[in-house]
Amino acid sequence: MKRFFDAELENFRSHLLQMGERAMDQTRLAMKALMDADIALADKVIAADDELDRLEVQIDDEAIRYMTLRGPVASELRLIVVGMKASHDLERVGDEATGIARRSRKLAIEPRLELYADLPRMSKIALEMLRDALDCFVQEDEQKALSVIRRDPEVDNLNRLLYRRLTSYMIEKPDTIARALELMFISKSIERIADHATNIAEEMVFLSKGLDIRHSDIGKQDVLPTIGSNPPV
Amino acid sequence: MVTTLAMPEPVAPPAAPRPVSVAPAAPVNPAARAVIEIDDVDFCYGASKALHDITLNIQERQVTAFIGPSGCGKSTLLRCLNRMNDLIDGAKVTAGQIRIDGVNIYDPRVDVIELRKRVGMVFQKSNPFPKSIYDNITYGLRIQGQKNKARLDEVVERSLRGAALWDEVKDRLHESALGMSGGQQQRLCIARAIAVEPEIILMDEPCSALDPIATAKVEELIHGLKKQFTIVIVTHNMQQAARCSDRTAFFYLGKLIEYADTRTIFMNPANPQTEAYVSGRFG
Repeated sequence: MKRFFDAELENFRSHLLQMGERAMDQTRLAMKALMDADIALADKVIAADDELDRLEVQIDDEAIRYMTLRGPVASELRLIVVGMKASHDLERVGDEATGIARRSRKLAIEPRLELYADLPRMSKIALEMLRDALDCFVQEDEQKALSVIRRDPEVDNLNRLLYRRLTSYMIEKPDTIARALELMFISKSIERIADHATNIAEEMVFLSKGLDIRHSDIGKQDVLPTIGSNPPV
Repeated sequence: MVTTLAMPEPVAPPAAPRPVSVAPAAPVNPAARAVIEIDDVDFCYGASKALHDITLNIQERQVTAFIGPSGCGKSTLLRCLNRMNDLIDGAKVTAGQIRIDGVNIYDPRVDVIELRKRVGMVFQKSNPFPKSIYDNITYGLRIQGQKNKARLDEVVERSLRGAALWDEVKDRLHESALGMSGGQQQRLCIARAIAVEPEIILMDEPCSALDPIATAKVEELIHGLKKQFTIVIVTHNMQQAARCSDRTAFFYLGKLIEYADTRTIFMNPANPQTEAYVSGRFG
């Protein structure tokens, strides 16, 4: 039976997806600004962060309203709770993208180091993870969510690798320290974006199965346990 | 349909402003007009005072919910709004005014029948007449003298559609209303109330005898009806107040404790007693 407030839930879902699209755009554009040394584009990314902040506030407001007035239970309750958490993750993705844009602005006026190569690869994986995690929000496909979670170590490893290479580089060429440090922070930002994608994927497993797999090894298993068998906290 | 009450001229509201005991909140729609103004009302059943100094405005085409524990006065206040309490010996408004469209409804010149045509009522227990569905809807119009069959047919269809009941009963309009389910009977009573085109509908616990599905249907109906009518609902079901209403008034021991938009009452009430009641800690 349809209820007069069903549309509120649909709006909530679509605002979250809209926020996801924006967070991905911001990340993509920040990386483009870095690779193309495009200061104007970096400025655009920095300015657009306000919109993600606004969406986070709006989504929280809608969620609180729905919980206050509509008394959601079961899948509706999970959707509202997951939506609030995911919007926070997406807002943080936006902050990381802004950080990348700020650093790319500084790097744009300096001679380029040759160590940029791994960054687009890392950001491509992080963006794919984010895309897949958000797809789960529509499809409620926990297997896809688990595949996102399993990709996170790929980005972690690339970040560690670049960290080591940049450290050696700085020792060899101390005049590049300032620029290399910026690259280190950018690499860390991309790694954090992948972490947020992982968080969202974990939230999607909760949305679809009612199973909280955070801080456990459950996400590494091929078959998820049934609901009600959560490990003791 | 807007008609004026059957009395010569509106009574002016009291001139002197008075302190308001409840925290005013921003209305859901600040542009909405206050169609009912309740000013400093005291109400007594004989020597027993049931309402103390109640002041609140009810806005046009919104749903206003009255909540509070049993005996708090919410139904008493609701029944004051179309003078249903006149039927109880010794019961009367002892101070203050209730105005509808600026007219004091307790003025002796007010025609009570006219008032109750404008302010319809739906009760806790559905009370269809032991007549056909059709006759239930047309009862009010017939006693007003309406005999035109085409006009009556039109009102029956419009009212049943308005009460989301038409599709369920259109093929058995001349069967007894007593053969309907409890939920259908309650919606029939709502259809009967809207048949005479009131401006305000009072609902006293309209869902308390209904199962969750029938309750949901009545709530859907309330949501739809507010486009056309001003609705005041008394309910014990706090989730129902939260779902259905735009503004909520919380009463306790005959006093209005807090009146604000519904979201404020259920999320951030100003008064600790309201907080305790809506969170199920007393009452």
